[in-house]
Amino acid sequence: MAAAATASRAGKTDPLLDIRNLRIEAKVFPPGEPPRTITLVHDVSLTLQRGKVLGLIGESGAGKSTIGLASMGFGRGGVRITGGEVVLNGRDILKGGVGGLRRLRGREVCYVAQSAAASFNPAHRLMDQVVEASLLHGVATRAEAEKRAVALFRKLSLPNPETIGERYPHQVSGGQLQRVMTAMALCSEPDLIVFDEPTTALDVTTQIDVLAAIKDAIRDTGVAALYITHDLAVVAQVSDEIMVLRHGRLVEWGGTRQIIKEPRQEYTNALVSVHEIAHDEQKPGATPFLSVKNVTASYGGGKVKVLKNVSVDIFPGQTLAVVGESGSGKSTLARAITGLLPPEQGSVTFAGRTLANRLADRPKEDLRQLQMIYQMADVAMNPRQTVGTIIGRPLEFYFGMRGRERDQRVAELLDKIEMGKGFVDRYPAELSGGQKQRVCIARSLAAKPKLIICDEVTSALDPLVANGILKLLLELQKEEEVAYLFITHDLATVKSIADSIAVMYRGEVVRYGPKSQVLAPPFDAYTDLLLSSVPEMEIGWLEKAITGRRMESAGN
Amino acid sequence: MLELRKIPIGAWIGLILTTLFLICAIFAQWIAPYGLGEIVGQVWEPSSDKFVLGTDNLGRDLLSRMIYGAQTTILIAVLATALSFTLGSILGFAAAVIGGWFDTLMSRFVDLLMAIPTLIFALVVLSVLPSTILTLILVMGILDSTRVYRLSRAVAVDINVMDFVEAAKLRGEGKAWIIFREILPNALSPLVSELGLRFIYAVLFLSALSFLGLGVQPPQADWGGMVKENKDGIVFGIPAALIPAAAIAALAISVNLVADWVLNRTTSLKGGRG
Repeated sequence: MAAAATASRAGKTDPLLDIRNLRIEAKVFPPGEPPRTITLVHDVSLTLQRGKVLGLIGESGAGKSTIGLASMGFGRGGVRITGGEVVLNGRDILKGGVGGLRRLRGREVCYVAQSAAASFNPAHRLMDQVVEASLLHGVATRAEAEKRAVALFRKLSLPNPETIGERYPHQVSGGQLQRVMTAMALCSEPDLIVFDEPTTALDVTTQIDVLAAIKDAIRDTGVAALYITHDLAVVAQVSDEIMVLRHGRLVEWGGTRQIIKEPRQEYTNALVSVHEIAHDEQKPGATPFLSVKNVTASYGGGKVKVLKNVSVDIFPGQTLAVVGESGSGKSTLARAITGLLPPEQGSVTFAGRTLANRLADRPKEDLRQLQMIYQMADVAMNPRQTVGTIIGRPLEFYFGMRGRERDQRVAELLDKIEMGKGFVDRYPAELSGGQKQRVCIARSLAAKPKLIICDEVTSALDPLVANGILKLLLELQKEEEVAYLFITHDLATVKSIADSIAVMYRGEVVRYGPKSQVLAPPFDAYTDLLLSSVPEMEIGWLEKAITGRRMESAGN
Repeated sequence: MLELRKIPIGAWIGLILTTLFLICAIFAQWIAPYGLGEIVGQVWEPSSDKFVLGTDNLGRDLLSRMIYGAQTTILIAVLATALSFTLGSILGFAAAVIGGWFDTLMSRFVDLLMAIPTLIFALVVLSVLPSTILTLILVMGILDSTRVYRLSRAVAVDINVMDFVEAAKLRGEGKAWIIFREILPNALSPLVSELGLRFIYAVLFLSALSFLGLGVQPPQADWGGMVKENKDGIVFGIPAALIPAAAIAALAISVNLVADWVLNRTTSLKGGRG
């Protein structure tokens, strides 16, 4: 339907979107310096045919989203389009003025944001927001638009398509909201949709559903799409062509098969082969130094049980990976071990003695032995303390080091995390994402702990940076004989670093053992779902995975 | 670290004016041309070579009284603000960090104090207690600390749930470290902006009290009291009452210009450098 409509609007042979020598600049205001202009996108050109999907990939700061938004004539937060042309449906939208853009957005180009939860207005019902653009542009009457929306809800396999529009954004789950947003973008039958990392914030098991829904919707409506992501495996499933970007410059542009099978540029090659880390599994030793025995924990004074009878063991110098989707109780297990959430039943034993349940009752020595690294390194460090203070404080606190002795140890630790001496006086805001996580690692190492709990430490990082962090963690494990409790939903990470694995589902450990055993068939239904949901860099994987699985995801 | 060239013009104006006020306040005894209660001329004389700002309702030199008034006004306002911030922010942070019954007890007590209109509460207390500078400072400081308490508790509750505070708790840090090293530096921006405002409220509150006759007692001079003494002159076209009023306004503006500039520096996450 939409394809027919668009075909009549312009000739079939012209590309739908033709970006020529796009240059985007932004003014930055470094404190204490005169403002200066930096170039975010350097003369990038691309063309997109009707009904095709172009994947834009690259690490953060590569200019992916900036280019995506430029295709609707938008520059986010002080970003200005200073050169080039964006030709959509045969006219340069940058010359259309404000009125032209207003007619364009929501009619010819629609946008699907990364965080649907933050992009919906919580005060309005979903249906009102889904049909808004169609009504404002006069594409359809309210009844028609709602009918179309319900049809889209059904196509995107949302539960109760007839009535889900009555709900408010907080009444549906994250994965469902992302699909509603896709329906919203499709509702006004645009020619182009910009997908900005639509599945990055979702669990693997949910991501696969959303991905399949998006792919079907694109195929059935014949809309063209720009698909922005940093995950090559994801983009390989949905796009016809892939464009690799770095530092605002084009690295490589080609068909999906060519990019993932025969990358021509070194950088693309690095992206494609990023997940490989060789790690030999260690056999569990005779006695675990930390065992969690039959721990049950709940929030709200026993109302919501989040951990049910969980037992795991950790052996010296080894890594136990805890995997599961969000809401499965992975992080709660960490909170129970550290004493932040005292377990209701069960106990945690450490080096032969039982640890106090409550954090406040544990002696300093016990606290020192258990350290934690957080997912968001940004908020895990006090933004008003320098790197020197952040790393030096555990040294002062646990070992009473002062002055030169302390500074020397801080320098050693910085050296260990492959950062130079010059970082001592920096504030967290002056570090990159990967550097921040490294400082957090150094902070936990400073305490010379026996166990470090890593809570999704690489989830917020780009694949290449995450890879570096994992390698560093493995090296440090060899040097310092430290054990890790590694919480993650990313099975690729688990495969590369774990010695044993515990799979969690709805607060219970459903599968537990050495890595080789857990990752070998026969699988239980949930482990099978988790394993089969990890995107593989292979064309046609998505269809195979959807038809091959035995269990629906929980739909979180 | 502090480079003079980088200070914006607004902050310069604020700094210069505030410094002038402070010099007047500190060295009042040496700067003032006449004594505080000395009657040196006719009632409400216009400005002349002898009396730069004229004389007041009793024939005292207005400039001298302004300078002495600066001393009392600023001294009381500074000490009262200092008291309210120390008390309010420490209790507010503690309530946020300790939580539980301490938080409930403190917050309800503060609600109780705030339920009574400040001015009326102060009037009642001051009419019972002897009107000395110390009681004034205590009454003003404690009443104002309720506002600071609420602000700092609200700010600290947000910071208290951040991962870095949890990391500090996991390390086993005591309450003092968490309050002063983790929370305070991050709560500084809202507190500094509040500080500028609260100082001015203190000046105005003191002036209001003096105007009503319960603040600084004559023959001591303070700006609010001077407005009161000279207010009748306005009817006869004599500006003597407007001069202390203008001084209050100028002090308010200059202190806030300085506070805004300090605020710009405390919000920088890079230690104020590039």
